[in-house]
Amino acid sequence: MLQQAFNGLVGGAFYALLALGLSVIFGMLRVVNFAHGSFYMLGAFGAYVLLDSLGLNFWVALVTVPLLLGAAGMLVERVFVRRLTRLDPLYGFLFTFGLALILQDAVKHRYGVQSQPYPRPSALSGSLDLGLFDYPAYQVFVLAVSLLTCAATWLILTRTRVGTIVRAATERPELTRALGIDVGRWVAPVFGFGVALAGLAGVLAAPMRAVNPLMGADLIITVFAVVVIGGLGSIFGSVTAGFAIGLITALGDLYVPALSQTLVFVVMAAVLLWRPAGLFGREEAAL
Amino acid sequence: MGAPATPPPVLTARSLVKDFRGFRAVDGVDLDVADGAVHALVGPNGAGKTTLFHLLTGFHRPTAGRIHVGGRDLTGKSPEQVARHGVARSFQTTSLFPQMTPREHLELALQAGTTLGWRFWRSDRALRRFTGRALDLLDQVGLAAHADEPAGALAYGRKRALELALALALDPRVLLLDEPTAGMGTEDLTRTIELIQRIRAGRTVVMVEHNMSVVAALADRVTVLQAGQVLVEGPYAEVRRDPRVISAYLGDAHAAH
Ligand SMILES: Nc1ncnc2c1ncn2[C@@H]1O[C@H](COP(=O)(O)OP(=O)(O)OP(=O)(O)O)[C@@H](O)[C@H]1O
Ligand SMILES: [Mg+2]
Repeated sequence: MLQQAFNGLVGGAFYALLALGLSVIFGMLRVVNFAHGSFYMLGAFGAYVLLDSLGLNFWVALVTVPLLLGAAGMLVERVFVRRLTRLDPLYGFLFTFGLALILQDAVKHRYGVQSQPYPRPSALSGSLDLGLFDYPAYQVFVLAVSLLTCAATWLILTRTRVGTIVRAATERPELTRALGIDVGRWVAPVFGFGVALAGLAGVLAAPMRAVNPLMGADLIITVFAVVVIGGLGSIFGSVTAGFAIGLITALGDLYVPALSQTLVFVVMAAVLLWRPAGLFGREEAAL
Repeated sequence: MGAPATPPPVLTARSLVKDFRGFRAVDGVDLDVADGAVHALVGPNGAGKTTLFHLLTGFHRPTAGRIHVGGRDLTGKSPEQVARHGVARSFQTTSLFPQMTPREHLELALQAGTTLGWRFWRSDRALRRFTGRALDLLDQVGLAAHADEPAGALAYGRKRALELALALALDPRVLLLDEPTAGMGTEDLTRTIELIQRIRAGRTVVMVEHNMSVVAALADRVTVLQAGQVLVEGPYAEVRRDPRVISAYLGDAHAAH
């Protein structure tokens, strides 16, 4: 059971990274990025392509793929999303949803729907003695990277000047601008950062999950539930809810396997009945 | 302190127009605000006062017309550019960061004038160098004792005072206040009038105000807007006797019943 709980935390590590990116983007742009799952998928495919056609290993991919996807995200924000934010939120929804489908189908067209193999990095191929049980070293690594990334993001947002500006702009964009702060300048970097987090999750997923065009679409539904449970736009909420949902689904799998797919949504419904704005969301932030 | 000749205007608007999907909220407004004056903007609900403020501060792009501040053309500039040209504003509905303390508000506003550049990793401790000035400003508006409470928990009058301090933190040449006394009881009202009296020194203030006793106490000149147009403009004593103003306000009062 303890081992299953650990599995849950590792699953939660992916939810947390993805939910964190969605939350940061939603907070700053008020755009729900439906393409987030596709960027995750592109992260995994990025790692696969680097290895398959350029012979670049996992460690190179771990650094370069998130950076490349982050840059691509900034471009997408500059060229497309920026033009839509002044309009009805529906346009942002349609655009990111369309982008998700385009990215997914483009990859499907090129690589087909079957899963591509991706080996574990050799340094992490063994298992680690965690005292109570042995556990694959790679999974421990995933958990550690996710926790560190979430903690670093938290520090940037709460302890740096730009973090203060992003938080201010998230809360009261007009007031922030009235103070002479150029909010627009930070929008593309924030969007790119969120996308880079999805890419990082994708690279981390490549050695332990099936690399295929649909991997993002399958996961992202749960991540949306995670974000809603944590409170839309709440950074702390999405990370906590990410790990919690990972844990709950893994344990649910153990006791009531039939329910494991729906469990997330049961939890979501229960949380929303109790707190309509999510666990850590404020009523205001829920628009 | 009436100067013999009228000082040159520090803020001018020429033929400003703002259309919202065919509805003309501001309809050819000319405005000259004299340097150092307190200039009140009055008019019935929906007259276009707030929209005019949004135009003057770059939150709305004018459909037509031009805006100059201190001789510079600010038409079409972004809100942050307008703020950096010395035009600060407050909002009609209270607008603060509920989680942040008054001191943090002011530190944020004070650093806005400095260059952050792209060095985002700079610790927010760099903001602390503004603490002295922040506490000064809080003292000016009577909030020194509440510097470290979350702004969301402050009493309404104190929130309004904090908004004034925030605008002052930009050390603006022109201060635009949208209904700074709205919803205040007499005690807060008196305090706010005194405060505006003090902070007007060395600046120009344009204020939207529904309360005529506040206008009488503070304003050198008054512009009356109605249906997006300037109805009357002049010193308070003249404007209040103008029959067009009286009928506009009575008409408004009748409509309200
Ligand atoms: N973004 C907008 N889109 C469409 N119409 C708008 C918009 N903003 C304002 N209006 C309309 O423009 C008119 C003027 O509004 P404005 O808020 O400027 O009035 P006001 O003089 O400030 O009124 P009040 O005294 O109630 O604050 C109103 O009829 C309002 O409904
Ligand atoms: Mg108004």
